[in-house]
Amino acid sequence: MSTALTPARGDLQAARGTTFGNVLRSEWTKVRSLRSTWWTVLAALVVCIGLSVLIDWAIVANWDQSSPQDRAAFDPVANAFNGVGLGQLAIAVLGVLVVSSEYSTGGVRATFIAVPRRLMVLGAKSVVMALLGFAVGLVIAFVCFLVGQVFFATQDVDTSLGSPGVLRAVIGAALYIAGCGMFGLAVGSVLRHTPGSITAVVALLFVLPLLSLAIPGSIGDAVTKYFTANAGQAVTYVMTPDNSLSPWAGYAAFTVEWLILLVLGLLLLRRRDT
Amino acid sequence: MIEAHGLTKRYGDTLAVDDLSFTVRPGIVTGFLGPNGAGKSTTMRMILGLDRPTAGRALVAGKPYAQAKVPLREVGALLDAKDVHGGRTAQAHLLALAQSNGLPASRVQEVLETTGLGSVGGKRIGGFSLGMSQRLGIAGALLGDPAVLMFDEPVNGLDPEGILWIRHLMRSLAAEGRTVFVSSHLMSEMALTAEHLVVIGRGRLLADTSTRQFIDGNSVSMVRVRTPQPAELAAVLRERGHAATEVGGFLELADATTEQVGDAAAARGLTIHELYQQRSSLEDVFMELTRDSVEYSTGPAPTRAPQEIPAARQAAR
Repeated sequence: MSTALTPARGDLQAARGTTFGNVLRSEWTKVRSLRSTWWTVLAALVVCIGLSVLIDWAIVANWDQSSPQDRAAFDPVANAFNGVGLGQLAIAVLGVLVVSSEYSTGGVRATFIAVPRRLMVLGAKSVVMALLGFAVGLVIAFVCFLVGQVFFATQDVDTSLGSPGVLRAVIGAALYIAGCGMFGLAVGSVLRHTPGSITAVVALLFVLPLLSLAIPGSIGDAVTKYFTANAGQAVTYVMTPDNSLSPWAGYAAFTVEWLILLVLGLLLLRRRDT
Repeated sequence: MIEAHGLTKRYGDTLAVDDLSFTVRPGIVTGFLGPNGAGKSTTMRMILGLDRPTAGRALVAGKPYAQAKVPLREVGALLDAKDVHGGRTAQAHLLALAQSNGLPASRVQEVLETTGLGSVGGKRIGGFSLGMSQRLGIAGALLGDPAVLMFDEPVNGLDPEGILWIRHLMRSLAAEGRTVFVSSHLMSEMALTAEHLVVIGRGRLLADTSTRQFIDGNSVSMVRVRTPQPAELAAVLRERGHAATEVGGFLELADATTEQVGDAAAARGLTIHELYQQRSSLEDVFMELTRDSVEYSTGPAPTRAPQEIPAARQAAR
């Protein structure tokens, strides 16, 4: 009745199993093989760069009407990224989808059967998202910066990468965009539900940071300063405004915020059924 | 080899799986039989570490599945064919699975060919029929050439050709010495493929036995005879110690063979027009056994011949 199992071929026996490198390669294959990934990346590029260029043009066109104080406080780096505040949402949505689309399709069961070490799966997804977000962020940051300086040069208020703090702010913009992707991924890992996660991300990264400005008094100032996008964007400023954290303090605050969510997602992942 | 030791899963007040213990051996196809909602899928998910048991544990090759170093070499599983992202191509889906375990990328095309999907590997899964999705799920299960295979209702949605293909595949995988554990709510399907049965109802173990024993032990057979002289035949049978009941022009005997009835009639020169042995069908056996344990019932169970019921119940205990 029972016969000995035919030995598997050597190349199958040699399989090293669920090492982090293998799981990372697998997660990258998953992300790159979905058209939705590249549509979302395209949306991020078009909105971030397109809207930034439009605002560059508007700034230059209205330069003569601006007040002397505004001109003195003009930050030629941060102002090159004015479209990022909206386009960042596309990267955040990509981060949500990297996790939530597996749950909405049921693909997560195939994933966890192949890799029962769930924390490793979420860890690999995080690395893939961070690297992809940073790569897309670098393209956005450098294109926005360079195009912005072409506009600002017409009013002699441009700057260059060699000036103090400028390279940090441009790289910082790329890091901030990567952070938005990680924020989306972390929210997705907690909520696991695509529409709910996207709503939460838009609220937390876009709507509430603006609304927080309306909270009065010193509590309001603190909330505003530390609130997700407000804190994270500090790293893109060369001239730090009064109501903002210093560049790296702000970025650190933003990072801690999504890390808390991600740790919550990891804890829930261990306990939840799939 | 798969072992379940006191597996229990509770969802709120509902006990989905109740202290289930069984062993699935290699070299044969083991059927996992139970009505819908009996806890088959939950049990399979617990074996695979997808759901956390409330109590008890499941072992694959002697250890919890989550501890496998190369999981896809140990277990290949098809739970739900729709558990894939439709936006990917079949190749990309399988490649991601292969890469996660460090399996060679060449395995992807091999399993696509094995499952008859060789020509559609570059197509997006979203456009696949249910039958093609089942084949893709099986391709994924075969990727690591595993020693244990688990299929949850694999023939659902398949055309007759696909059903034959799956039956043949499961038997040949078992013949290669693998452990094959396949669930179904169809007794007739299991009778054709499985040598051994683990039967559950409402999460509880009802039987763990060979398919042959299960059918023999639970089916009721009866001899029916049609004769123009029923009173005379009944009398002679009574003399020989057999109780006959008259039902709709037939005499029915639960405790006699066709030979005994024929001999009795011949001894008195009585005429017989029809004489045969009737076995309750496989589905009847299964329905009887699980009648108390179906989750959703449409009302009272269909009435059947009164003498069948106690016999089947007793055999089930």
